[in-house]
Amino acid sequence: MKRLFWITAFLLVLSTSLIFTQDRLAVATASAQGSTPTDDEVNAIAKQLYCPVCENTPLDVCPTQACKEWREEIRGMLADGKSEAEIKQHFVDYYGARVLAEPPRTGFNWLVYVVPPVAIAAGIFVLFRALRAWSQASTPEAGTDEVDASSPPDDEYIARMEEELKKRN
Amino acid sequence: MLADFGFGVLIVTFLVALYSVIAAILGERKQSAQMVESARRAQLLTFPLLSLTAGVLIYLLVNNQFDVSFVYEVTSRSMPTYLKITAWWGGQAGSLLFWAWLLSAFTSAVTLRKWERDREFLPWVIVVSSITLAFFLSMNIFFENPFARFYQIAGGVDAYTFKPAGGVLVTPQDGNGLNPLLRHPGMIIHPPMLYLGFVSFVIPFAFAIAALVTGRTDDRWTRLTRRWTLWAWLFLSLGLVLGGRWAYDVLGWGGYWGWDPVEIAAFMPWLAGTAFLHSVMIQEHKGLLKHWNMILIMLTYALVIFGTFLTRSGVLSSVHAFAQSAIGPMFFGFIGATFITSVALLIWRWPELQSETEMKSMLSREAFFLLNNLLFLSVLVVCFWGVIFPLVSELFTGQKVTVGPPFYERANGPLFGAMMALMGIAPLSAWGKSTITTLGRAIWKPTIPALFVPVLAYLAGYKQPVALVGFFLVAFVIFVTLYDTFRSARARQRAQKEDFFTALARLAGRNRRRYGGYIIHISMMLMAIGILGIEAFQTETQGTIAQGQALQLDGYTIQYNEVASWDDPGAGVNYTRAVVDVSKDGKYLGQLYPRIDFYFDSQQTMTIPGLRSTLQDDLYILLVDWQPVSAGGATFKVYHNPLVNWLWVGALIFITGMLFAAWPDKDPSLRPVRASKHAVEPSAAD
Repeated sequence: MKRLFWITAFLLVLSTSLIFTQDRLAVATASAQGSTPTDDEVNAIAKQLYCPVCENTPLDVCPTQACKEWREEIRGMLADGKSEAEIKQHFVDYYGARVLAEPPRTGFNWLVYVVPPVAIAAGIFVLFRALRAWSQASTPEAGTDEVDASSPPDDEYIARMEEELKKRN
Repeated sequence: MLADFGFGVLIVTFLVALYSVIAAILGERKQSAQMVESARRAQLLTFPLLSLTAGVLIYLLVNNQFDVSFVYEVTSRSMPTYLKITAWWGGQAGSLLFWAWLLSAFTSAVTLRKWERDREFLPWVIVVSSITLAFFLSMNIFFENPFARFYQIAGGVDAYTFKPAGGVLVTPQDGNGLNPLLRHPGMIIHPPMLYLGFVSFVIPFAFAIAALVTGRTDDRWTRLTRRWTLWAWLFLSLGLVLGGRWAYDVLGWGGYWGWDPVEIAAFMPWLAGTAFLHSVMIQEHKGLLKHWNMILIMLTYALVIFGTFLTRSGVLSSVHAFAQSAIGPMFFGFIGATFITSVALLIWRWPELQSETEMKSMLSREAFFLLNNLLFLSVLVVCFWGVIFPLVSELFTGQKVTVGPPFYERANGPLFGAMMALMGIAPLSAWGKSTITTLGRAIWKPTIPALFVPVLAYLAGYKQPVALVGFFLVAFVIFVTLYDTFRSARARQRAQKEDFFTALARLAGRNRRRYGGYIIHISMMLMAIGILGIEAFQTETQGTIAQGQALQLDGYTIQYNEVASWDDPGAGVNYTRAVVDVSKDGKYLGQLYPRIDFYFDSQQTMTIPGLRSTLQDDLYILLVDWQPVSAGGATFKVYHNPLVNWLWVGALIFITGMLFAAWPDKDPSLRPVRASKHAVEPSAAD
């Protein structure tokens, strides 16, 4: 049982950390140099960017004039044959890391990715310790009051108890 | 004049609220029932007083009193009367007053209940709720006065509470008008629902504090507030769902939830509240986790205030905006003070809150409830950290960053999955003790049919692996819930010699919270279908096309038919409305009308989608751009959102489940649930 728990906990933490650090699948956006990139190609990149003015509105759906111009800038860069990474870097260079949908994984920003899994792992640990302490404290009578989960749960018992209590009240 | 009267009543209400706090404390100290009664009456008085204040404000809003700065900010002559009324919560000052008004309504309702058996709670419930009320009123009085008026002095025109020396009253011809985004029916109902949820969580918190102060540490406080908590949770959930619907209908980004900090601000108290709602059942059934429930309700209350603080203080746009805003630091101080006080009280009473029994098995229902709590709090940690990290980063490094949807989706996705699995397993476990064998014996039957669902989904074309796991979990939870209900009804049928449907009805009627909860679980799964649909299968395309040309997306053909633009001077809006013909796989389905509305008073545009909604999918068309000079072409953005309608279907069933669980019966607070010694043992006040 104990081993089962630790394996589960380990896998959970591992998968959470992997999930936190893994990059989203890049959307194919490359277009042949020279041809006008389509709106969909532009939006695929714009979706991942945030302008510094319209907070928390992705660039692909932001209706402001400034954002429209940014989208045209992306179109121009795609037409010049720039890659998705280059285009994103261009905006980061000009406006700072806040244009990205997530903080870049460097320096102080690592905290955003590390704190939740650590806190969750701590929660799992505390919960497990508490459960173990409780179940150990009650092991002597374990097995004697086992309830068969395939039988109906305690509704009937509660209902009878309530009837009794109503009578007494 | 009327504005001054409104402000005067506001000040009187504030003083009355303060009086009720002091009288309640003194009354309790001196054991003077008269004093406590006086505090109770003072608290009851806050509601009519605040209603009068609100009435004055509504009168000013409806009658275009633009010399009042709040009226100027949120209304204009062209707005219909109902919008002028709802503009009450369309701006900062008004929404704080609205919060206070709702709170006083709720606290009045609670003080009107019969208190015979719980007299000792009364003064402390008054203290907690009146302090909260006084805090919100003080925000209105000292920082965000909805009755401030425009005066011209040497330095220019500004809003003042009192006439400045030499000031001349200025009355603008027309107001700014309500933000067009807030003129949608969803936005009219959404804030009241959310605020109702927020304020009603104050009640269980007040009882928890009362229980701590008085040392009455049995589960009386949880039983008294059970229905309050359910109603609070219903309102908060409805607020969130309506907010989602509003976003879907007016924000024009093809979705209902964008992990925006303002959304998360409302989501966090919901998470803590949901954890509380579950864990409180363990206390009632088993007498366990008394400390934990206290912590959860304190956390919920703190998050309610924190949510209001996040959205009202400007802290989200920048830590500097927060420092400059008048109410930001006050809110921060209030959250800190109430949280520290409650934690100190909890520590003081810690030894008296020991559990009455022991947790016996890791597979018992109480253990699963704890795991549920862990998952809800994990999502809460992710959300909280995601929301505050940009502020932390700005504070320590000076660098602003965005924590957007990819972060939350990646982190919360697996947690939501685990929650769904738990929702399936937990109802089959027994209180006290289950083993792998007993649990396995109960689970295999609903698991088998659930396995067919992803297979069917795959054959129907839904091939994304994560979504298939999700569909399995949805089916698993629904089948387990139905199976467990069926099993219990059959048992009752045999025992009571009733027919099956009578047995089912009586069983559900006797255990309304449980079966209401089951309906809610099923509704959540239906909502999950919608979420999985949009998350895994949403597609989109955008293009500029000439009249007669068409865009293609997932078998749909969207043909641009015509566009017209006209002014509606009465409403102060310019409409640009396109007509598109929609067909699917060659079959003509009808016309849709995506629009752009331009509001003259606020100089804002709104993009209203043309929407075709079925249980299978939504076709969501936006008119992105149309220039009169090049009338031949228009830019459309088209989203194909499979299954998203299940979200709203689920929401309707959710309301049914909540009403079933929370509807008052004869004497709910006195109905014992737990078959333990405390349920029959008369307590001090009984």
